[in-house]
Amino acid sequence: MAQPVYVGLDMGASRTKVAVIDRHGALLGHAVKKSGIDFAATAALCLDDSLQQAGASRSDIVDAVATGYGRNNVAFVTDKCKTEIGCHAKGCHFSFTGAITIIDIGGQDNKIIKIDAEGRRDSFKMNRKCAAGTGAFLEEMSARLDIPLEEMNNLARQATETIKLGSYCTVFSATEVLENIRHGKPVADIIKGIFYSMIQRVLEMDSLTEKVVLSGGVVAHNPYLVEMAAELIGRPVLLPEFPQFTGAHGAALYALEAANAVLVSEKDI
Amino acid sequence: MAQAQQPQRKKIESTGQMMKIMSDYFYDLNDAAKSETRKVAWCTSVGPAELLRAMGFAVHFPENHAAMLGATRMATELIPEANTIGYSPDICSYLTADIGAYLKKVSPLSKAYPGIDAPPRPDVLVYNTNQCRDVQDWFSWYARELKVPCIGITSPKNFTDVTEILIDDVTRQIEALIPTLEEISGQKLDLQRLRETVALSRECTELWRQVLETATAAPAPLTFFDGTIHMGPAVVLRGTRQAVDYYQQLLEELRQRMADKVGAVDNEKYRIYWEGMPVWGRLRQHSELFADLQASVLVSTYCSSWIFPDFDAEDPIRSMAKAYLGLFIVRSDTYKEQYIKAMLEKFHIDGIIYHDAKTCPCNSNSRYGMPQRLEQETGIPSLVISGDLNDLRCVSDEQTRTNVEAFIEQLEERK
Repeated sequence: MAQPVYVGLDMGASRTKVAVIDRHGALLGHAVKKSGIDFAATAALCLDDSLQQAGASRSDIVDAVATGYGRNNVAFVTDKCKTEIGCHAKGCHFSFTGAITIIDIGGQDNKIIKIDAEGRRDSFKMNRKCAAGTGAFLEEMSARLDIPLEEMNNLARQATETIKLGSYCTVFSATEVLENIRHGKPVADIIKGIFYSMIQRVLEMDSLTEKVVLSGGVVAHNPYLVEMAAELIGRPVLLPEFPQFTGAHGAALYALEAANAVLVSEKDI
Repeated sequence: MAQAQQPQRKKIESTGQMMKIMSDYFYDLNDAAKSETRKVAWCTSVGPAELLRAMGFAVHFPENHAAMLGATRMATELIPEANTIGYSPDICSYLTADIGAYLKKVSPLSKAYPGIDAPPRPDVLVYNTNQCRDVQDWFSWYARELKVPCIGITSPKNFTDVTEILIDDVTRQIEALIPTLEEISGQKLDLQRLRETVALSRECTELWRQVLETATAAPAPLTFFDGTIHMGPAVVLRGTRQAVDYYQQLLEELRQRMADKVGAVDNEKYRIYWEGMPVWGRLRQHSELFADLQASVLVSTYCSSWIFPDFDAEDPIRSMAKAYLGLFIVRSDTYKEQYIKAMLEKFHIDGIIYHDAKTCPCNSNSRYGMPQRLEQETGIPSLVISGDLNDLRCVSDEQTRTNVEAFIEQLEERK
């Protein structure tokens, strides 16, 4: 029999992420897919992929916790839920010591979470209904520019200037982008401006403590955005090994706790 | 958070009696509007209702009607009607919903009270801007539409202490309303009747305070969500015997709950303060959301705003001025913070929820750094949720749920 495993399912609005961990909290397997319209089916695919990567099967699951918008749609795995705020905090605390501010840029929302050295939450903020600064904003701009999402990072890096977008509103921002295209501005500069706008929208949500950790799919796939964030914040920022899986990892750590197992922090291993 | 079993919603037995006196009130208003001899005044909820009642007016409160539009979830479809005639979706959604309902010729009254088609047609509109400027705009629209006089009190704002100068000002403004009201009502103000009305308002408000303060008990016998329903008589029947009798009955029931250690929320674990307006169209959902998490939202600025300890039958007009100036919403942040801090202590609060209502800046106290200041001073965590009192286009249920669940998780970590 394979070793017992603990599972976290992060059912995001945009992507579903699953993390499988061992009894020490170490990541054994992970998978991500577009959430689509059938949360349960997507979760099942991600679960099986991540279990396979971990060399385990469903019968090896000791406990599981779900998080994210679709957290109540995976009853076939677990009925235990935690919020994504809690899971991102848990996942980041596992990887970094001391008090930290976590900036999670997700597909549909952003979060700024402050935790103390013991991993307890001091405060958190989510963006309002507005999509400014979220992955949805990036997806909208990608569609408007007809440039695949995965190409935006490299294009932004080639920019020589930053085209500033002044608006909060995604629709108004798109209009600004089109206006810049009409004026013949280089696409790379526009994309850099889009990245800049995203970071600005996130940073204006809350104040930051000394140590800042970025998480979420957007930063996982856009390392240039991370560099820009560090530049705007004025100091280096920290990144977990798998930023897109921080929430799923945190959920798995909750599952581990729930199973009353011994948690040995990564930093102590 | 793990999904607990569905919470038991504990019915307040006195609700039936409240429904009856509210029903009597609405039918009486309807009769007054049809009567040849009686006059109808519309009044803002903390306007000079005592004066109007004492002068024989049947008094309608459009804010109450607007809240009914919200609670019945009719508002969101009606607001655009007002938007199309120039009233922005960003202004008071009580105003836009109520005017929208008038334009569409619909009212929740007609469903709840067969035979009543609409709010009573007014003979006069009387406002007090102690709540906001929107009430004046709201009444002014009806004044133009229905060609009836619109008079009122322009209240001082953002003061910390209710000083004699301010009281003088509002006293004179109330006195200045009297000749017009006498002309419309056809009768002279009877000072003795005004004293009696003010005395009844004082009695009502004192009982309402005692009702709300039963929630200092642990477990709390009533929630904010109960309060938003049971405050009805304190709003529309202030200055009447019916309201006094009702709150005596309700108080008795709640005291019995206290004696029996019956909480409004099963296994109350967290005690929450609600700052701001309710989301009328989500009362039940929010009540269940918190109850599921063993969190009792047991006290609020909003429900407590109908406590007016300054009413004094010996000096009726001046005490009315003092009472209307004492209202939380019209005061400075310095006063508001002192007030909330005292409430947090009195009700043994674990966390504060600020409802940032998109269309109600005056009732959204999270916009000028208050949550941060209070959290720093008291150490009590807070959460701001975005929403609106009436316009459900400004409400994201999933965002609210995630925020509230995460907030309770945060409190759990700190317990």
